[in-house]
Amino acid sequence: MLPPYAAMLDLSVEEGGDGAPILVMPFADAVIGRPGFLHGGAISGLMEVAAIVALHRALEAEGAKGHGARIKPINVTVDFMRGGRDKPTRAKSIVTRLGTRVANVETIAWQDDPARPIAAARMNYLIARD
Amino acid sequence: MAAAFPFDPVRFFGGRFGGHGGRLGIAFREAGPDWVELELPYREDLIGDAASGVLASGPILTMMDMATSAGVWTRLGVFVAHATLDLRVDYLRPATPGKTVIGRGECYRITRAIAFVRGQAHDGDPDDPLAHVAGTFMAPEGYR
Repeated sequence: MLPPYAAMLDLSVEEGGDGAPILVMPFADAVIGRPGFLHGGAISGLMEVAAIVALHRALEAEGAKGHGARIKPINVTVDFMRGGRDKPTRAKSIVTRLGTRVANVETIAWQDDPARPIAAARMNYLIARD
Repeated sequence: MAAAFPFDPVRFFGGRFGGHGGRLGIAFREAGPDWVELELPYREDLIGDAASGVLASGPILTMMDMATSAGVWTRLGVFVAHATLDLRVDYLRPATPGKTVIGRGECYRITRAIAFVRGQAHDGDPDDPLAHVAGTFMAPEGYR
């Protein structure tokens, strides 16, 4: 279900206690930027995949209305708050609004404590319905 | 400001480099007084949508983060430790499957602590861009 890019980042899905999927990215050479820290682009990639997974789930929850809908990214704004260290990173998304044509998604990424995010992203998607 | 090293983008990006950028296959193309141009060759393991074969947006964001970051250093002429504060990417159209994506990042203003950047990505025709970015970097010990 996850795209090849998610496999390249070595992402896996954990089920959050509240039913929201959590994407996990291990620390590895392939996601490092400056020595000892995650690349901001890898953190952003993790958050974009988390947003897409959450959005697909939200569309599934719509039943027939969401069936076959395709999503296209319009834009993303990422804030980087802390350096990503040598430990797993998690990301979780909230679909703030799922409309007929547009969805708004907010995502945070953290390492030890979700209350201390290392990055946050706001993404808008176009929904193409059959 | 911390000890500054002259910044030469050809040497900085020359040859093979490791980390996330190297894993994605990102490479240097050219640089100007306040900009750096990189390229992201099409690779199947970077696909974000298996049905269409379109590249994921993450690798394009990564390239533009690197190009704009290096654009700050070329404008300064020296390497200064800094970090991305924020980055916005507008995805104007999907990248064409099979084509190399080219991204140019420019720094247009540097203050004591913050550098302002913008950039565009295309896949062959600069007049038909596929992404536009705007962002800021912060130097904890200052740019000047």
